Amino acid sequence: MKIDWAALGSVFGVSLSATVALVALFTLGLVGLSKHETATEQGGTATVARGGAYACFALCGLAVVYAIYLIVS
Amino acid sequence: MEHITLLLGIVIITALVFDFTNGFHDTANAMATTISTGALKPKTAVAMSAVLNLVGAFMSVEVAKTISKGLVNEEGIQPEVIFAALVGAILWNLVTWLVGLPSSSSHALMGGLIGAAVASAGLGAVNGSVVVTKVLIPAVAAPIVAGVAAMLAARLTYKLGGKVGGKTSTKGYRAGQIASAGLVSLAHGTNDAQKTMGIITLALVAGGALESGANPPVWVIVSAGMAIATGTYLGGWRIIRTMGSGLTDLQPQQGFAAQTSAASVILASSSLGFSLSTTHACSGAVMGAGLGRKGGVVRWSTATRMFIAWGLTLPAAALVGAGAEMVMRTGNIGVAAVVVFLVASCAAIWFISRRQVVDHHNVTEPAPAAAEAPGVVTTAMAAVTVPPIAAAGTTAAVTDEDLKATIPAAAPAPAAPAAAV
Repeated sequence: MKIDWAALGSVFGVSLSATVALVALFTLGLVGLSKHETATEQGGTATVARGGAYACFALCGLAVVYAIYLIVS
Repeated sequence: MEHITLLLGIVIITALVFDFTNGFHDTANAMATTISTGALKPKTAVAMSAVLNLVGAFMSVEVAKTISKGLVNEEGIQPEVIFAALVGAILWNLVTWLVGLPSSSSHALMGGLIGAAVASAGLGAVNGSVVVTKVLIPAVAAPIVAGVAAMLAARLTYKLGGKVGGKTSTKGYRAGQIASAGLVSLAHGTNDAQKTMGIITLALVAGGALESGANPPVWVIVSAGMAIATGTYLGGWRIIRTMGSGLTDLQPQQGFAAQTSAASVILASSSLGFSLSTTHACSGAVMGAGLGRKGGVVRWSTATRMFIAWGLTLPAAALVGAGAEMVMRTGNIGVAAVVVFLVASCAAIWFISRRQVVDHHNVTEPAPAAAEAPGVVTTAMAAVTVPPIAAAGTTAAVTDEDLKATIPAAAPAPAAPAAAV
């Protein structure tokens, strides 16, 4: 009997880091968006926060596209 | 030849029924958290999942022939063996659905195949070490991997996102959950619909209707895709309720963390070559996310019942598969007996389920979890103990014994909640 510990370990590592990274990115995006919205309500702007938020969401979108690519291939 | 054609027809229809129960059973994996956190309305969620399952079924042309590869020696697989395996898998899927527990459809199918192969060709037909590496270790590893990832992710999103405004948070986590649940649905369509296509193709090859190594015909792809999508749309609401609100109470943040973890684990495992069960990964992710919130609790009594069901999946399906195979060896009468047994059991389970209906109206209400506890063990035990009777009996008596054994065996499940209320 041969258990492929390396494969199991890499599945563990990859899933863990992908999940944590994606959730962190997404949450940061929400934080940025929220900051921007608060700023506009008070009549100001928060361009950096908004740009950062969109960058985070774009990266999450890329991850989704890559996931679909993985499913198809 | 006519006999073979009829048998093949039965096998194909049974495979599609299995595909249907598979979709039915696994809607919860993709959509339970989305429904329980209110990100999507129940009907919308299952409709979306059904469409994505259908799309997924057509997306990949690679045939999933892996269901039997290595686990059972493929030589000498007869249509009867495949049919017996499917009977075991369908019954186990329906029994676990009745008691509302998520369990792996793939394990049920593998169990059925193992049981039927052993009954047909002896113990040598099964590769024991493959059972350990392909079934047991993944079953333990999947919930741990997904659970740890979901727990850390949930903690992180609470920590980082503490200052996010209410409106942004609601809208954001909603979108995030829908996206990750969509990915899980899509992956499920590609994996599980392909499995049925592989089974039907295997049966066609075994029955001599297709050449060995042939690709699945178009009608097989279409019908398998439709069967899984229909099953998904009808939704196994009992299992959705257990996963969405029975195991733990989820907030949108946790739902998002859980689904993202489930999607990552499924995709990572399938592309890195260490296949993990979708159901186990999703259940583990839900529990992990439950623990990731301060003050979050996992209802371990429900979780324990689920673990017991996981442990029983393979042996129970194997016993039913073996029993069915032994009965069918007696020829046409045996095949007819098994068909009658299958249809009668499905009907019995459905009628029992009508006594306490769970559908999209009451899916988010809490389940009477404690009251069901005696039911699961009784029913599971009953499912395990039925086949030996079938195996021990002689041909003529078997049909009646099977039927008699099924109905009282499953009856305690709904009776228990009634008594507790």
